[in-house]
Amino acid sequence: MTLGQHADFIIASYAVTVCVVAALAAWVILDHSAQRRILGDLEEHGVTRRSQRKSET
Amino acid sequence: MAVIDLANPTRFLNFANRVLPWLAAATVLAFAFGLARVMYAPDDYQQGATVKIMFIHVPTAWLSMMCWGVMSVAALGTLVWRHPLADVAGKAAAPIGAAFTFICLVTGSLWGRPTWGTYWVWDARLTSMLVLFLLYLGVLALYWTAEDPGRGSRAAAILSLVGAVNIPIIKFSVEYWNTLHQPASLFRKGGSAIDLSILYPLLIMAFAFTLLFFTLHLATMRNEILRRRVRSMRLMQAGASA
Repeated sequence: MTLGQHADFIIASYAVTVCVVAALAAWVILDHSAQRRILGDLEEHGVTRRSQRKSET
Repeated sequence: MAVIDLANPTRFLNFANRVLPWLAAATVLAFAFGLARVMYAPDDYQQGATVKIMFIHVPTAWLSMMCWGVMSVAALGTLVWRHPLADVAGKAAAPIGAAFTFICLVTGSLWGRPTWGTYWVWDARLTSMLVLFLLYLGVLALYWTAEDPGRGSRAAAILSLVGAVNIPIIKFSVEYWNTLHQPASLFRKGGSAIDLSILYPLLIMAFAFTLLFFTLHLATMRNEILRRRVRSMRLMQAGASA
């Protein structure tokens, strides 16, 4: 595969796409672990949701 | 499990946890297959190798519009039925749509320089796409900066519905106005104008990007449901200690 005289434009396009998608995926993964951690902390302190209390009784 | 059961956030979370690993794996496989086909796709007889930019530019353009469509349907669910999961779906789609629109604008600009001789021109297609990006930023600002999440969600839903007017403008801009951007090559009267050796990789990449959208959307919806649980638990904690 040869990219010809405009290789810079092609490589830059794919590089930008990879960076944006990777940033989006990283944000989603980090946000998920952060929310799970906060929920765990709250439950450790005895805070439960109303629906959780109903299902436990 | 019936589809209607997914309207329950807890059941939706269980569904998302089960489906997400499979969806992510399918996305990776689709991209691997698509990129392999892109590598061996022939150069265009006029544009040369720069046609390879099309394999990311066109799918992200389609998805940026489809994502706004998802947000518009979700906005109806928020405003008419006031369903919390509809609001979650709308809020989760906005950053993904903004990212796809950004990629579309940047890759289009990088494709335009060697093809048209300019990075940017204020023609109807490019300008209406830029307007879509600004609308995404507006929706995100309403979701992320409103003090009262309920009011922010309703305002974002209204903007999503109003902004839907821009989607047919983008689609038909190359037909109604004299633009530097080429007219539709795939969905047009008389069938596709693209050779099959380039069309197949394009469709595979479009499928891969669509899977990526659904994977990210499902994952972002899951995060948003958890964030709302955190918020309600903190409010209960604050109420109990007051």
